[in-house]
Amino acid sequence: MRRFSSFRDFDWVLLGFVLLLSVISVLEIYSATMHTKFHGFEKKQLEYLAVGLVLMFIVSLIDYHQLLEIVPWAYGTSILSLVAVAAVGTRVLGAKRWIKFPGGIHFQPSEWIKLVLVVAVARYFWSLGGRDLTWKDIGKAFLLVGIPMLMVLKQPDLGTALTYSPILICGLFLGGIRFKQAAILILGFLLLVGGVWRTGKLLKPYQKARLTNFINPDNDPKGSGYQIRQSLIAVGSGGVWGKGATKGTQTQGDFLPIPYTDFIFAAFCEEHGFVGALGVLLLYFLILMRLIQNAQTAPDPPGTFIVMGIVAIIIFQMAVNIGMVIGFMPVTGIPLPLMSYGGSSVLFTFMALGIVMNVRMRRFVN
Amino acid sequence: MMEEEKLTAREEKVSPLKLNSVQYVVALLLVVLLAGLWRLQVVSADNYRVLAEQNRVRKVPIMAPRGKIFDREGRLLVDNYASISCYLLREPARDWDADLPMIAQGLHMTVDQIQYVLRRYQFAPKYQPIPLKQDLSPDEVAFIEAHRNELPELETLDEQRRLYPNGGFAAHLIGYVGEISENDLNKEKYAFYQAGDVVGKSGVEATYDAVLRGTDGSRDVVVDSRGREVGQLGQQDPVPGKDLRLSIDLDVQMAAEKALEGKTGAIVAMDPHTGEILAMVSRPTYDPNQFAVRLTKEYWNKILNDPDHPMMNKTIQAQLAPGSTFKIIMSYAGLEEGVAQDMHVNCAGGGTFFGHFFACDKHHGGVDIYHAIPWSCDTFYYTLAERLQIDTIAKYATAVGISQKTGIDLPDEATGTMPSTAWKLKNFHDKWYAGEVISVGIGQGAVQASPIQLARALSGLASGGALKRPHVILDGQISQQYQQAILDTYAGSGEKQVSLKTENWQIITDAMAETLNSGTAAASHLEGVDFAGKTGTAQVMSHAALARSGGGHKTVPNAWFVGMTPRRNPDIVVAVLWENGDWGANAAKLGAQVVNTFVEKQRKKAGNLMKVAEAPKPATPLENAAKKEEPVTN
Repeated sequence: MRRFSSFRDFDWVLLGFVLLLSVISVLEIYSATMHTKFHGFEKKQLEYLAVGLVLMFIVSLIDYHQLLEIVPWAYGTSILSLVAVAAVGTRVLGAKRWIKFPGGIHFQPSEWIKLVLVVAVARYFWSLGGRDLTWKDIGKAFLLVGIPMLMVLKQPDLGTALTYSPILICGLFLGGIRFKQAAILILGFLLLVGGVWRTGKLLKPYQKARLTNFINPDNDPKGSGYQIRQSLIAVGSGGVWGKGATKGTQTQGDFLPIPYTDFIFAAFCEEHGFVGALGVLLLYFLILMRLIQNAQTAPDPPGTFIVMGIVAIIIFQMAVNIGMVIGFMPVTGIPLPLMSYGGSSVLFTFMALGIVMNVRMRRFVN
Repeated sequence: MMEEEKLTAREEKVSPLKLNSVQYVVALLLVVLLAGLWRLQVVSADNYRVLAEQNRVRKVPIMAPRGKIFDREGRLLVDNYASISCYLLREPARDWDADLPMIAQGLHMTVDQIQYVLRRYQFAPKYQPIPLKQDLSPDEVAFIEAHRNELPELETLDEQRRLYPNGGFAAHLIGYVGEISENDLNKEKYAFYQAGDVVGKSGVEATYDAVLRGTDGSRDVVVDSRGREVGQLGQQDPVPGKDLRLSIDLDVQMAAEKALEGKTGAIVAMDPHTGEILAMVSRPTYDPNQFAVRLTKEYWNKILNDPDHPMMNKTIQAQLAPGSTFKIIMSYAGLEEGVAQDMHVNCAGGGTFFGHFFACDKHHGGVDIYHAIPWSCDTFYYTLAERLQIDTIAKYATAVGISQKTGIDLPDEATGTMPSTAWKLKNFHDKWYAGEVISVGIGQGAVQASPIQLARALSGLASGGALKRPHVILDGQISQQYQQAILDTYAGSGEKQVSLKTENWQIITDAMAETLNSGTAAASHLEGVDFAGKTGTAQVMSHAALARSGGGHKTVPNAWFVGMTPRRNPDIVVAVLWENGDWGANAAKLGAQVVNTFVEKQRKKAGNLMKVAEAPKPATPLENAAKKEEPVTN
């Protein structure tokens, strides 16, 4: 029996958690930029959030099966847009990641491609019909995600390129990769990384430096080693209760690098301490649980795949970003979803939520 | 409602076990992150608090010396000099207000001035020192040294600052530098600049700022809570700016400067083969040295209130009626249209057009194109204008760059005006009245051009129709990529070829040579030089307004001259504007001085005297033969 889906089936609880986190983010951006030339960015973030919400509702109305239908086109367009960025993109700080449109709009395709890839991977594994994966299937999946990934890596944007990997891993995991195959892949990956490291062809020198500095922060006190060091001081000196909103010496004194984007969690930890951090992590936990629940109740496998792909991206970005802030991970430039300042990041997250809502709204359709 | 599914549905659901396992992964991950946070914020919090307390990094800038600027032969135009500056460090966190009067006294500043500077830097990072004063005198340096203990927040620094050894010489072309304004800091172009950076504000200093500036370095010094250095974290060495050679020829520039001494106006000389500017002078001038350090209010007010606009580069920014120099463009239009060749006009000191009498300054009698140019007969051009009609004139004038930016690589070039029916409709919502064309014929009315536009138009016509893009940088000085960026920034009508029949080219250039032999500028004849030109006398106000104003220096007409040598495919074209200079012939004398200097230099170089030039044989323009048939483009 088919039932017309409505906003009654919207996941209001999930939306509530998300908005709570967004409010925290806006307040922290306000605090982190109040004495810099970026003051006022919290207003921009609010604008992005408003646009994001509207987009979320619009996307939630589009039947995700239609997305599955058009995804080959979207995938092709994505590849073309990456080619366009390489050809006519705007260079900012030496990296070509943006296409500039009239009206001062900077479009960063690499961020949107995440969504396209989520749907593309869902469609691909669905088409395999749940059989055991052959090496050929795995190879095709690798190509599907690998082509845009390499193109983004070339920009160079290691951070965004890395965020494509959880989509592939999640797809393989849910799509039925066997343990033996996974083991071989992991081993091959490790060998490849070792090889890349030695020839140094794919990684830019500064990307290499970041990784070595992560292992030994003192050999480059000014570069990424310095950044991690300052981040640790910010988090640690926050203590249990924090120094209070807008009172972080690391954040306000400009020691903490980009405290409104990549290191926003460090700024938050400095001002609100372990207690505040615990609260935020709890919110992430609730949001992710809610998402996984929605994956479980999805009406069909592609629905599950889509929601889980989004879950994988959020888990990955959260782990890498917070890991970086507390010194577990090297500096990669990956924003913290729902907290870091940035139009592309906010809009991506809310559109992704829109798709999740859509999958949920159709959960009784069989 | 759901659509019919087109994809092969997969029977099997994703195993719930796997989904559950992801939940455990999330939980585990959060526990790991929490453990990390616990370690930092609970276990080691005290250590980190101490580190945060001690965490005072001071960035001591090491200024990159700005690139020097030379003329085309490598003679120095702009230099740097060593200077000592005083910086204020905002940590250690102390109570400023108490110290301000003492600092102000020691540095010979007022408390207000210091507070103004502090306000400007309120959003700069705390560790960035604030420049309080440049060019300290020895006793100011001694004051800082003597009070190290009471005033640990003051620091001295050696810097290289801009020096313009010749003061106002070529000031408009070279431009000046100053501290970046708050306004500019927010522009995309200056995204990577910081408060306190010295940037080019006008002229070459502004256009080529990115090349000249280099990259500042810095020392990252760790200081304790009392502001004493306890170590150095690292150092970025500065990258000095690149030296630049301009296309200016110092000798020609000097001649032009001398010619305009004590006058108001502009002279620009260019090489029509390349578009390189050989001289560029605008008067009155200003002293860029006054801007390079701390601009005094008195000087600024003096400059600001001068009615002759010393800051304005009149060679590219003055938009004035070109007067009779416009007749060259009229002749070009008339000849190309096939109207002017056989036109004979009887000049009886003027003529009646559309029911009004328009005066000429003389009774020229019977005039054709060969005499109309050198004698500058208005009646001939009234008649020609009447025949051509405004839109035809506008077509040819626009083709040679009137009312178009030339695209010269200097900021704020003026566009000028070329009236036409479309222009009238757009700007006045009114139709074009036929009678209005008459004054346009002699370069009055609504026509407005800058000296550089006239120089470029003449360069193009004298070179058989090849218009170049004027530029002040010597070719091959900067990378292709940057060159392209400059071209894009200072877009204008650029290089192009306009149609110009060989015989018309000869008529115009020969008639212009006659101007210097027997015409309006015969007094500026240069013996043995194939010198050609056209004078212009442009009224600055209508006769009625003149009668009302009661005269005075500012009502005297502007004197114009455009000239070149040799007459065809010239090596130099010069445009002279002498504001309120009364007669074009006066401007021609100034132009002759510049041309003469250039020719003398050429002769010296050649090491032998050129033969007294005879009228050259008709020739086809060298590089233009192939493109000659191209139509005029608008």
